[in-house]
Amino acid sequence: MQTFVKNIAEENHNLATHLLRILHAIQARYHYIPEPAIEQLASSLNIARTQIIGVIKFYSFFHLTPRGRYELLISDSITDHLLGKEALTYYISQKLKVAVGEVRADGLVSLDNTSCTGLCDQGPAGLVNGLALPRLDRARIDQISELINQETPLEHWPSELFHINDHIIKPDLLLNHPITPGHALHSTFKRGITATLAELDFSGLRGRGGAGFKTASKWQYCRDEPETERYVVCNADEGEPGTFKDRVLLNSYAQQVFEGMTVCAVIIGAQKGFLYLRGEYLFLYDKLQNILTERRQLGLLGNNILNSGVNFDIDICLGAGAYICGEESALIESLEGKMGIPRNRPPYPVTHGYLDKPTVVNNVETFLAAAAIAHLGGDWFASIGTEKSKGTKILSISGDCARPGIYEYEFGTSIETILSDCGAEALLGIQIGGPSGLFISELELQRKLAFEDLATGGSFIVFNKHRNLLDIVNNFTHFFAHESCGFCTPCRVGTSLLKNQLAKIVDGHGSAGDVVALEELCALVKNYSHCGLGQTAANPIISTLARFPELYQSRLKNISYEPGFDLDAALETARQLANRNDAAAHLTQVEQD
Amino acid sequence: MTKTIRIDGNTIPFEEGQTIIEAATAAGIYIPHLCHHPEFTPHGSCKLCTVKVNGRNCSACTFPAMEGQEILNDSQELQADRQKLTQMLFVEGNHFCPSCEKTGNCQLQAVAYHLNMLDNHFPHFYAQRELDASHAEVMIDHNRCIFCTLCVRASHEHDHKNVFAISGRGINKQLIVNAESGLLKDTDLEATDLAAHICPTGAILIKHTAYQVPIGKRIYDHQHIDQVSLALEQTDEN
Amino acid sequence: MKTKIRIATTSLAGCFGCHMSLLDLDERLIPLAELIEFDRSPLTDIEHCTNCDIGLIEGGVCNSENVHVLREFRKNCKILVAVGACAITGGLPAMRNFIPLEECLTEAYIDGIGVENAQIPNDPELPLLLDKVRPLHEVVKIDYFLPGCPPSADVFWAFLNDLIAGREPSLPYECVHYD
Repeated sequence: MQTFVKNIAEENHNLATHLLRILHAIQARYHYIPEPAIEQLASSLNIARTQIIGVIKFYSFFHLTPRGRYELLISDSITDHLLGKEALTYYISQKLKVAVGEVRADGLVSLDNTSCTGLCDQGPAGLVNGLALPRLDRARIDQISELINQETPLEHWPSELFHINDHIIKPDLLLNHPITPGHALHSTFKRGITATLAELDFSGLRGRGGAGFKTASKWQYCRDEPETERYVVCNADEGEPGTFKDRVLLNSYAQQVFEGMTVCAVIIGAQKGFLYLRGEYLFLYDKLQNILTERRQLGLLGNNILNSGVNFDIDICLGAGAYICGEESALIESLEGKMGIPRNRPPYPVTHGYLDKPTVVNNVETFLAAAAIAHLGGDWFASIGTEKSKGTKILSISGDCARPGIYEYEFGTSIETILSDCGAEALLGIQIGGPSGLFISELELQRKLAFEDLATGGSFIVFNKHRNLLDIVNNFTHFFAHESCGFCTPCRVGTSLLKNQLAKIVDGHGSAGDVVALEELCALVKNYSHCGLGQTAANPIISTLARFPELYQSRLKNISYEPGFDLDAALETARQLANRNDAAAHLTQVEQD
Repeated sequence: MTKTIRIDGNTIPFEEGQTIIEAATAAGIYIPHLCHHPEFTPHGSCKLCTVKVNGRNCSACTFPAMEGQEILNDSQELQADRQKLTQMLFVEGNHFCPSCEKTGNCQLQAVAYHLNMLDNHFPHFYAQRELDASHAEVMIDHNRCIFCTLCVRASHEHDHKNVFAISGRGINKQLIVNAESGLLKDTDLEATDLAAHICPTGAILIKHTAYQVPIGKRIYDHQHIDQVSLALEQTDEN
Repeated sequence: MKTKIRIATTSLAGCFGCHMSLLDLDERLIPLAELIEFDRSPLTDIEHCTNCDIGLIEGGVCNSENVHVLREFRKNCKILVAVGACAITGGLPAMRNFIPLEECLTEAYIDGIGVENAQIPNDPELPLLLDKVRPLHEVVKIDYFLPGCPPSADVFWAFLNDLIAGREPSLPYECVHYD
């Protein structure tokens, strides 16, 4: 092991910023990060062992104790639940004789849940040793169990098990007309930097991650910084449950995304860029590396790009299972090999980003659009959409609809149109923008897709009338508690309190005061949290409480107060130890008259 | 001309580069806080110092003072919410003041007194946490850690060591120490390190000193934290 | 004659220290006695409380009997007050919450030093222990909290005077202590 760790560290030039890559390699080889490896890395990377332990414990895909040689993770997204995830997990557990959260005694296989894997249109989904497994059903589980029990190496598993569909159902402006590699760069060089930035400005392009900051302004601010060492970062840490469009863009439009990053580099004057790819998309890693190699061969990356004198290259960094890293400053921390804890702002990444240097962080879709605009000009893009939302938005549609997949819509399109396209019937509501977004009901179908109305990073989950809304909210609330980085008090403690308080009501132990307490907690978490995760963590509760108060009310008891824990169950240990089961050995949950 | 901000209607001067809390402290205005210490890099995690800057919530310890800011600090709403945040810290860990050596000298407790906190409000987590009494002179009671990172920063920035770190995620955060064994005794911490003395709660304690000052005669038994804190931090800044 | 305010008091998983502190009112008890009278309380022989204005409870909830008594108080007291650290946070008894109940009982009744006739008590007359000691507000609704271990006589004085005078009770800074 010592040699293995030494080699990996050396391949990474003993750089502390490469800690995640190094840990990925060790985790893949040993199925955990052994203690001696931590000691060895601390000394060779010249960092404190506590930093390494911190990172391992922060990211869900690293472990301090061994996982199975086949590590199975099942996606816990609400969309997987809609597709029968729970029963399927039970089946896997029975079939492979391993409990959820455990490693089988022989060490061969472990099973656990994981946050949304971005395969919502083809779930229930999972990961085996990090590789995505779509469309799981009993037949596939039987097949997978067989392969695992026979210890078949993953590379010999039938490729069909790993085949992932793009499901591009409604392409428009961007998806219909991918640009030829190099064209955006040619046009940029030909037109000049200032003119290209002006085109981008005219296009009205705003960040596609959800927040909607104007792309041209961000690039301009970065370009204007006195510090000349600058960076371009593509945020492909698509962790919002229900979104998977970046997966498709990187699978089928990666050339254009990289081209957009390169155009950005030319404009802001960066020499180095990163694609921060979420760990769940490991299956795309080699393919993307090959595209980068191809681009270098075409003179579109590397030194002296298209004989312009510009030097720029792109590196791919893999995340490791932390939703918070989708927040740009947390992502930068992660790129630097640290725990993904959002930074204090100001300063913003555009002045103090990667290694404290000016950095542009944009979404995959933003770079895709920027490349097209750089080639075709701003007018082409600005001519469609609404006043404040130009162009199109690419949606990941999943849930209860006949045709889940990727849809591209002009901004301003009504929700009703989208629903009819994807084949949604007997609607309960739609979660727009994922758990951090908004739940809208069937009464709001005239609302429009736009920054002015319904802004979204792309997640669009449809729920029909047979679904239990509170189960959905419960799933989302658990998600945030699980993904909170724990930096600030209101989010660290508040998301767990929210989870418990909601459970109290959902489980039927709530009284009127408990909804008030829930609302109060929502406001605290929303108003005082450090970053977007905490500020939006209460949204599922807030938006459904506003629309379906009667649903919450129906779970309440008409009493002044009921304990939040099961009183009678709290006596169980004592009952057993005293070997009693008489009437006095029991408690009712509320006082009986 | 001096640049100024307004806090609760009072105009106070600030210097370029100062945070809101620094300007406030210099002007003798107390903003409740736990993770802030004038000597160390601001952290901004406890959120007790949240103030409303032109209507928007900001952490006073990290947010820069800027000309024309209209700041609310001592409002009923903010104080009530700060109380709730403090209650969150109380239910997250296991804070049994009557049995804690730090009682009376504890900033967490003193801030709670200041905010007139009479109960813990939320259901307790009763988290299972450990005690590390391995070191001859210093002990860690994880039950009382509030993840303010003052020990982490003091060790790094003042003692020029790297004894402490926070690991984990969400509600499962944990203070860890830099030793292969994971035990405090195997770190290079000395009882004279600032990191061993800076804990605002009773999570890091110097052994054998617990009851030298009897309960009832301790700092916050007689003084209010706003006065104590201002006196200390104004000295620190000079 | 003006009707006196009826107060009931009890100690659940507590040490009676809060009651002692109440008695520390000393000579102030005399004018107070003009205004209040005690219902169920260790200070009286009344077994159950009925129609009380104020219920003062010290101690947390550690067993099934505590739950019954607490419910009786909640039902019969217009205002229910959690008195002292144990009632508010579980206090010292709650420090057993980090040790499995089975271990606690085994240590006390089976493996402990000097234990004879080792067996875990099982008489149906005895209340069973809850797996965790809880503060009062996690079991019933509590109206007011008087912190302290114990709250000083001044705390009781300030609080009762506010209530008697019909004011919303509030504790001055010097009355707020957790130790």
